[in-house]
Amino acid sequence: MDHDSAPFPPNAARPRRRGAGAYLLSACSDGESDDPNAPQAINWWHIQNTEPMLPVWAAMANEYKTAHSNVTFTIQPLENEAFKAKLTTATQAGDPPDLFQSWGGGVLKQQVDAGLVKDLTDDVKDLVAGILPAAMQPYTIDGKIYGIPFDIGMVGFWYNKELFTRAGVTETPTTWAGLLDVVRKLKTAGITPVALAGKDKWPAHFYWSYLAMRIGGVGALQKAVDDKNFDTPDLAAAGERLKELVDLQPFQKGFLGAEFGSPDGQAATMGNGKAAMELMGQWAPAVQASSSTSKKGIGDKLGFFPFPAVDGGKGSATEVFGGGNGFAVGKDAPAATIDFLKFLLSVDNQRRSAQTGAVLPTVKDATSAIADPNNKVVAETLAKNTGFQLYLDQAYAPALGQQINDSVAEIIAGKKAPAAILKDITQVAKTV
Amino acid sequence: MTRPSTVSDTRRGDTATDPPAPGPGTARKRGRQPRPGRGTVLAVFLAPALTLFLLLVVAPILVAAYASLYKWNGFGLPENFVGLDNYTRAFADPTFRGDLWRGLVLVVLSLAVQLPAALALAMLLNQPLRGRAFYRLIFFAPYVLSEVTTAVLFTLVFSPNRGLGEGVAQWLGADAGTVFADPDTVLFAVFLVVSWKYFGLYMMLFLAARQGIPKELSEAAVTDGATAWQAFRHVTLPLLGPTIRISVFLSVIGTIQLFDMVWVLTGGGPIHTSETLAVTMYQYGFRRFEVGYASAISMVMFLLSLVFALFYQRIVLRRDTAGAITNQGGQR
Repeated sequence: MDHDSAPFPPNAARPRRRGAGAYLLSACSDGESDDPNAPQAINWWHIQNTEPMLPVWAAMANEYKTAHSNVTFTIQPLENEAFKAKLTTATQAGDPPDLFQSWGGGVLKQQVDAGLVKDLTDDVKDLVAGILPAAMQPYTIDGKIYGIPFDIGMVGFWYNKELFTRAGVTETPTTWAGLLDVVRKLKTAGITPVALAGKDKWPAHFYWSYLAMRIGGVGALQKAVDDKNFDTPDLAAAGERLKELVDLQPFQKGFLGAEFGSPDGQAATMGNGKAAMELMGQWAPAVQASSSTSKKGIGDKLGFFPFPAVDGGKGSATEVFGGGNGFAVGKDAPAATIDFLKFLLSVDNQRRSAQTGAVLPTVKDATSAIADPNNKVVAETLAKNTGFQLYLDQAYAPALGQQINDSVAEIIAGKKAPAAILKDITQVAKTV
Repeated sequence: MTRPSTVSDTRRGDTATDPPAPGPGTARKRGRQPRPGRGTVLAVFLAPALTLFLLLVVAPILVAAYASLYKWNGFGLPENFVGLDNYTRAFADPTFRGDLWRGLVLVVLSLAVQLPAALALAMLLNQPLRGRAFYRLIFFAPYVLSEVTTAVLFTLVFSPNRGLGEGVAQWLGADAGTVFADPDTVLFAVFLVVSWKYFGLYMMLFLAARQGIPKELSEAAVTDGATAWQAFRHVTLPLLGPTIRISVFLSVIGTIQLFDMVWVLTGGGPIHTSETLAVTMYQYGFRRFEVGYASAISMVMFLLSLVFALFYQRIVLRRDTAGAITNQGGQR
């Protein structure tokens, strides 16, 4: 309890609110000091809980431990949803892990406001200079850096070339009308056009968000949250365009109950060649492979095209919707944590991560290590971006992000008019 | 000091004309030699349990009641007092009102379908029947599984393309792969899974109660010319009363708090059509970080359960618990 004898590291974010009872539970910052040779235990939570990244993280931690005999690790690889639930409990008790997964954006901002994460700005200056600027955006809050991304990607259409050919589609669509045509052709050919995980909700919000960006321009979504008003003609049009797609009934059977990664979910449907396309991030090929029956996915039949433009819209097809994965550092983390984080982000280690195909590196000098052709396409598209928008359920405060997911799900299920959801979203936007 | 054996004869003699009143209440009368106060003994024995109860049950309820009056995201201390706004918001929210309606539907279904089915099976398995013990085991087995395991199991069974349910249904010319994906069927599908898991428990309770009824009673009824149905209706059923009443109680309370199964099976979807109060509470508390609002929902759940429990105890279970709780086994 006695912080005088165990001084906080100079940059530690101290609890900002007075009398925050939750901190009583965790205030015992035991003997962790700035002395680099003192024993330090790093508690690390990450969500790369499967091959190929799981052993890579473990190996890097081991190497660091070998080089720094005073550092020990407790590593908890967690499944995505389990991680979110567990982190919520830990942060609400005021006791975050030392190093943990963060997507940046609204959730990170809440953690920053509660004084749960360290301000890394001064410690990572050199590191950040080598990182893609778009990747840093979600982790920069009020000009200060609270996390470091190790992975950056974007959402786009992943499609099955063979099924496209079978339906007589020779070129990937560049406009929304063109996409709807492709869907009609696929349906006529008896092919399920689109795989979608309706139970998980977030995959559906990609459609609405991208349409909003293409129609209203890349700034439309940020403006809506700043104005606390989503009830605009552009966003209404986004819902109407989405409804056009939904009305074609393009999704696989039982999509409202489907999860993204389950054995009969969105990724498996694609990986087993049962649907022609999905709108998903850069991790799509890896999950398609791991959840397919063959464990290999559809291999080189898989292609990628960016979300098409919408006729008359203010946005262009080179603006990207995406995000990545990164790490934030807990308020009570020992000093070695930041050093270890820099180690993970070293060019060599970023190259190693990139070679697995599961990570798109954020360090510029590591991008040449991308071996997977699909990843290359994503990285190239991303490099040419003319605008960037972070996933809404990460960018916005959690209540608003979840409301958008819920509301878009209502359009997808055909249960609510596109204009009506804007009132629901605006109502939540006004309260957060 | 006070040994149980000394309680016996002298006291009985003293109070021969009074109704027998066993239990600690009477010990007071007989103290001639000084001894540690009854309060001390009570305090020593009660303290550990009471401390745990206060810490783990009463304190969280109080904290939730307090938090429900604030707009609070769970970080730091609640500071933004909003009075009863969270409650008015809840009762205006279609999802929350839907939760109440779906809860009612599930309760009615449980009482109208699940418990009668369990009762019927219990009666059947009370008959001399080849392989009776095996059937009892089979029907009880689902109850042993955890809710999450059960839910995962049924997710696989009703998986749209490769599920067992789909295979069977296609063979019957029906379509089972989308029961959890169709807003119109999902609640009934959830009820089916809940019933599958819990009917075995009620069946076991009914069976145990049935076996506690002396054979002579039904035999006497049959000798007097009662049909099997009449013997069941007028002899067995009334004697099963206490068990049935407690089963209804467990079933209703369990339904109000239903969470794990729904969460894993459907997550409350599609579009909230299988959401329960507990799922809504979780969504707001742990997804949207609206801990104040989630606390208000949990308080409504708590009050619903409490009010139901109190009234049910007071009115329906009065006869069954008389003697056990209400008057320490004194007069009837």
